[in-house]
Amino acid sequence: MTKTVHEIVIWGCCCLSMLHGVIFLPFAAAAIVPLFYKLFRKVHTGWFVLPVPLLAFLYFIAELPSISKGEVVQSTVSWIPSLGVDITAYLDGLGLLFALLITGVGALVVLYSIYYLSKEKEAIHRFYMYLLLFMGAMLGVVLSDNLIVLYGFWELTSLSSFLLIAFWYNRDHSRYGALKSMLITVFGGFAMLTGFILLYTMTGTFSLREIIDQAGLLSSHELFAPAMILVLLGAFTKSAQFPFHIWLPDAMEAPTPVSAYLHSATMVKAGLYIVARFGVVFGGDALWFWIVSLTGLVTMLWGSYTAVRHTDLKAILAYSTISQLGLIMSLLGLGSASFYTGGADTAIYTAAIMTAVFHLINHATFKGALFMVVGIVDHETGTRDIRKLGGLMAFMPVTFTFALIGTLSMAGLPPFNGFLSKEMFFTALLKVSTMDFFNVQSWALLFPVVAWIASVFTFVYCLIILFRTFTGPFPKEELGEPPHEASLGLLIPPGILAALVIVFGLFPNLLTYTLIEPAMQAILPTLDIVEAKKISMWHGFNTELMMTIGVIALGVALFMTKRYWMRIYGYLPGNLSFSKLYDFLLKGSQRFSKTITDTYMTGSLRHYMIYIFAFLVLVGGYFLLRINPFERHGDIVFADITVYEAILTGVLILAAVAVPFAKSRMAAIVLVGAVGYMVTLFFIVFRAPDLALTQMIVETVSVALFLLCFYHLPKLQRERSSSRMRTFKIILSGSVGMLVTMIALAVSNHQLFDSISDYFVEESYRSAGGKNIVNVILVDFRGFDTFLEIMVLAAASLAIYSLIKVRHRTEQGEQEEGRS
Amino acid sequence: MMNSRDVVLQTTSQVTVFIIMTFSGFLFLAGHNNPGGGFIGGLMSAAALVLLALAYDLKTMRQALPVNFHYVTATGLLIAIFSGMGSFVFGAPFLSQAYDYFTLPLLGEVELATAMIFDLGVYLAVVGVTMTIILSIGEDR
Repeated sequence: MTKTVHEIVIWGCCCLSMLHGVIFLPFAAAAIVPLFYKLFRKVHTGWFVLPVPLLAFLYFIAELPSISKGEVVQSTVSWIPSLGVDITAYLDGLGLLFALLITGVGALVVLYSIYYLSKEKEAIHRFYMYLLLFMGAMLGVVLSDNLIVLYGFWELTSLSSFLLIAFWYNRDHSRYGALKSMLITVFGGFAMLTGFILLYTMTGTFSLREIIDQAGLLSSHELFAPAMILVLLGAFTKSAQFPFHIWLPDAMEAPTPVSAYLHSATMVKAGLYIVARFGVVFGGDALWFWIVSLTGLVTMLWGSYTAVRHTDLKAILAYSTISQLGLIMSLLGLGSASFYTGGADTAIYTAAIMTAVFHLINHATFKGALFMVVGIVDHETGTRDIRKLGGLMAFMPVTFTFALIGTLSMAGLPPFNGFLSKEMFFTALLKVSTMDFFNVQSWALLFPVVAWIASVFTFVYCLIILFRTFTGPFPKEELGEPPHEASLGLLIPPGILAALVIVFGLFPNLLTYTLIEPAMQAILPTLDIVEAKKISMWHGFNTELMMTIGVIALGVALFMTKRYWMRIYGYLPGNLSFSKLYDFLLKGSQRFSKTITDTYMTGSLRHYMIYIFAFLVLVGGYFLLRINPFERHGDIVFADITVYEAILTGVLILAAVAVPFAKSRMAAIVLVGAVGYMVTLFFIVFRAPDLALTQMIVETVSVALFLLCFYHLPKLQRERSSSRMRTFKIILSGSVGMLVTMIALAVSNHQLFDSISDYFVEESYRSAGGKNIVNVILVDFRGFDTFLEIMVLAAASLAIYSLIKVRHRTEQGEQEEGRS
Repeated sequence: MMNSRDVVLQTTSQVTVFIIMTFSGFLFLAGHNNPGGGFIGGLMSAAALVLLALAYDLKTMRQALPVNFHYVTATGLLIAIFSGMGSFVFGAPFLSQAYDYFTLPLLGEVELATAMIFDLGVYLAVVGVTMTIILSIGEDR
């Protein structure tokens, strides 16, 4: 496999590429969508959004031929070069596969949402803003080469998912689900960031490409296992793997287009993307193999087992998604063995990777279609509860057809694409018995048996979805008027997906060499030959086919006898236990932090001052004791004290000492002002005009602030406190003064290295073209600091504003309530 | 509470506010080579507005300058961000600055630095922040 890198450059000199443009496009659109909503109220905002994923999809389709040949698109914009953080967009087979999913399903979901969400009743401008934000972030995740940038986009997907789940934020369940998903995925995200940093300490780079180049050397490093587990935590939380799966069912509070898009087709697959990408870095290790494949298997079994007991269509689909994600995860785990063997029989394990990629595509098609079908049912009947549904086949024949195609594909029946990938999945698991490493053989039977049981449950819930909703008598007393078929706009997107289910089922080799093989090569970059095999529908009477027939037979039997064995859900621990644990931990930590906060947040300004100064004295004092401030290093010549300075110091001390003895508040303000102006004079004496100017204006403005607050303050009172407290305060104040004096002495005594100021004096005019060093440092050398400072200032001003104004508003509201 | 009827203060502040404002503009522009800059300039502009508010009252000041200071802060932050991102177009990292000398009509040869745009952001942010705080506290009763 040879890779040629062709760079697309828009302008002669710079390095912004089309690829960057495509990632940036959704963000730009997100910024202007609310404007369209305001300006064109008559047109559904979705129509303005639709071109974005469509254009991006076309761009990626146009890249498909060259990527299929094994080429790579790469371009870099430097961002923080000193920290090794560059915005490198990198498009290879795996990235392209995900990009096509994100933009393709994205376009269908936007089209669907135009008919699903009413432009009169819903705040659709917010909806589309979040959706576009997600789209851009997700593209960023799969197309970034730099791990820090990838992490940033990763958290942005969590954030936009949070906002979308909480779209109907006045519902309790929506807020609960949103918070749950956010806490769990952000926890995983932090773990992953730590893993990335460990990778950086091992390799010295944040670039995924460069890390992969060093992949072989890492496994002996002592940080290898911690880094692996941390990265996997990120992937598992995002992809809802057991036991972190609990957030996904609650995420179903989001509008159905969101569930179809984020929580089945794209975002939850980001974890799979990470596992696929990092397989080359961590794979080939027994730990990786076992963790990934076993977590996948357990998730698959647990998801399908739990799905059967649920009665809400979306909950069934959520658990089904969890189960299918587990399936793909376990395949990625099995496939990682190819890094270990590296010999002739790698074809067995690369076949597992191929199956994973193929099923990833298939799952997006049939699960996307099913979610949209459920959305239609919900839209037309007003309920998703299968106990209240039935007999819809007669009223909604088209929807029924799509549901039939989707469920049968998910159940693994021919001639749909789900059958093909399920058969290939069984093949991969049966091959486990031939593995003669990692102590696998002693467990060989476990893999196919667990997968088979999970497949039986999958079959059962597929039948439940299909038959409970669409067959049987129509429950007139529950639903009233019989529903009618959905509008064309709601039917087109699931129709396209259902058509793809059949097309990929009948002609799977459309994908084999165009999409699957380049993706496999991207997942397995260190292997010399990675080839996809031709997929064929008929492969003889082998074990796999027998397993499928067994699944069908037992599945049908279990479905018919469902009410007799449903009681097992009462005996075995329900899924809720992990959710309960989550609730317990959340409540516990809230109570704990409240107790702690209540003990020190007394509301008394004096207490806060004591904390701050006591901390300063303790930490600073400890440090000074360690370095002996009076010991002299090098010859330091202290300048002579002029008369002028002596007078200033005298006045300064007098004013400062007088403040605590001031009888009235006005006198205290004036005295504090005097201290401030003396400091200003000091700045002038020491020739720092910028500081002097700033200090003077700050003094002036603070006097004005004092005047403003004056009338709010209570009368100045003598502080009444015990003499012990008084002594403590005097000692504390004294030690603060001593500490500052000692620091000043220590600083001039310990000039162990050259001051940086010479550099600024020299470079200020030469490289920044400014003679005012202070200003040049502020806006140029330390521009980023200044930028963050004004950001902090802005946040502080908003905090003050909301503290005062919002309190005001609620008080007014209460008064009005009291009156009425 | 702030409704002083001091005629002397009101009359003089009508003139001095403009002088202070002009001087703050000068400080802002001079910043690169002489004492001054966005931060000081912004604070001084805010001080001028505070003087106006002290001489008359907050309502008069609001009428004289009917601006929502949240927007001023936000504009300042946006200018700072975009001035920093402008360097991407030239393939340079965030917040890279450049300068050159130009000959302008009336003014002769003048040094123009991109840092000035960033400084304008700082200036506006400081004005917005200071005025937001002062107005929030001042209007509270």
